[in-house]
Amino acid sequence: MAIGVKVLRRPETDVSYVRATLKGMALTFRHMFRPKWTMQYPEEKSTTDWSLSPRWRGTHRMLTDQQGRSKCVACGLCPQICPANCIKLVPGEDEDGNRYPLIYEIDEFRCVFCGYCQEVCPEEAIHVGVHYENAEYGRDRFVYDLERLSSQTHPVSSLWDPSDPKGE
Amino acid sequence: MTPELKGFIVLTVVKMLVVFTITLVGVALLTLLERKVSAWMQNRRGPNRVGYAGLLQPAADGLKNIIKEETLPDEANKILFMLAPLLSFVPALMLAAVIPFAAPLPVAFDFSLPVLGRFVHDGLVPMVVADLPVGFLFVLAISSLGVYGIALAGWSSNSKYSLLGGLRASAQMVSYEVPLGLSIIPVILLSGNVSFGAIITEQQTGLWYVLPLFFAFFLFFVSGFAETNRLPFDMPEAESELIAGYHTEYSAMKFSMFFIAEYANIVTVAAMTAALFFGGWDIPFTRWDQTPGLPQTLASGLFMFGKTMSFVFVVMWVRWTLPRFRYDQLMSLGWKFMLPLGLVYVMLIGSAVWLIENMLGVGSPVTRGFLLFGLNLGLGYLIFFIIDRGHVVRGSTARPEAVH
Repeated sequence: MAIGVKVLRRPETDVSYVRATLKGMALTFRHMFRPKWTMQYPEEKSTTDWSLSPRWRGTHRMLTDQQGRSKCVACGLCPQICPANCIKLVPGEDEDGNRYPLIYEIDEFRCVFCGYCQEVCPEEAIHVGVHYENAEYGRDRFVYDLERLSSQTHPVSSLWDPSDPKGE
Repeated sequence: MTPELKGFIVLTVVKMLVVFTITLVGVALLTLLERKVSAWMQNRRGPNRVGYAGLLQPAADGLKNIIKEETLPDEANKILFMLAPLLSFVPALMLAAVIPFAAPLPVAFDFSLPVLGRFVHDGLVPMVVADLPVGFLFVLAISSLGVYGIALAGWSSNSKYSLLGGLRASAQMVSYEVPLGLSIIPVILLSGNVSFGAIITEQQTGLWYVLPLFFAFFLFFVSGFAETNRLPFDMPEAESELIAGYHTEYSAMKFSMFFIAEYANIVTVAAMTAALFFGGWDIPFTRWDQTPGLPQTLASGLFMFGKTMSFVFVVMWVRWTLPRFRYDQLMSLGWKFMLPLGLVYVMLIGSAVWLIENMLGVGSPVTRGFLLFGLNLGLGYLIFFIIDRGHVVRGSTARPEAVH
């Protein structure tokens, strides 16, 4: 043992095999009657032990005002800050000079769900959502357009824990 | 052909259909039970989506396996590769034929069919497909054939993992055949017969053999684990070391057949344990089941089913409790602990039976059973509290002091 490896000897006098086996079997048998931890997913989506965090960042949602128009003013901050370059925004302007998005598309496959778009948005229009059931039948269904973003109803992320706003 | 022979053939065909249907359906349900038991022991629920409480899960699995692609490795020995699942599947099912599953049923019929002629049967029908006079010698012979399926599967796949699995399987199953055979000799010493029917009758009049022959039961059951390649002895599969061992290269229905064979073997070992050591279809504390009749047959069949299922449960219970042995530990347990224990036990029981009959003059099988039970208590103390201090399982690796 050149570099001083410590050799541990197996205990030989106090070990048992047959009795240890029986002990282990008694333990597993007791476990059969313990309450089950399984959460029956499609039926129950949150329990007292577990639920989605309010800070969860999932697929996006565009909030709308009372008239049902999107809150977005097409300032261009979200495509600017987006690290994955997944937001496509073409701004438009109506006769009153109000800016609005002509095209607003988010490619959810490219998105890394960092939540910067929600943080940077001055109008609190685009949000990441507390939502995770996104299965679709085709890849093209994962580019969410403005209409789809506005019509989703799931809760939006708070990005920070309300009870611990500074993240301490 | 005499009408009696034709009657016998009809009865045998009916019994075959009943036994194989029950075995195959039972095996399918056992795959579900295995997953359920594992789930319960890990505080989970197990499969419960397909059918009520997951009861249709085996059907879904079966359907999946039928429509899956059958792969055939280019370098495999094609003939043996196709043959190996059959070689392990058929012996497993053949074993179900010789185990009696209920009290004999009195059947009397006399009818005629066009073309086939007259069928006659009158008398007791033993509830076993083949009531062989060689009894469980047949079981020993056939169960050792199962190793061919596994060894050939490992060889013919032409893959290193499969080959290692096959090698391990052959070494392990040959090794544990020895304690398995030795553990049955005390049963022959007490019953004086090798046929299952005679052994069960003997246990009905005396004690169940688990009391006078506890260590024979112990050895038999432990070797049974090794023979069926179940954890803690599942070296041939050893998924953490060999991927899936001998059936690494198999897919779809061919893999399923290995799977079914494994569970059929478990059922056989459990049923043999029940028949040899727990009175077979005997209903304890009553002599009602010894007079033939239909209710007796049904009730005793139910009891046999219950006993077999409880042993199947124990097999699963052990699987989800114990980790796998190291290979050298496995061999050392087989050759250095179980083989000597089996030899000593045969000698001990042999001398004890001779002493009890010739010196003490005890003729009653119940008294003899209790005397032998006392002997087992003594031996049990010796094994569980003295030998079980680091002497049961020892690896063959060098001791640390020899390393320097």
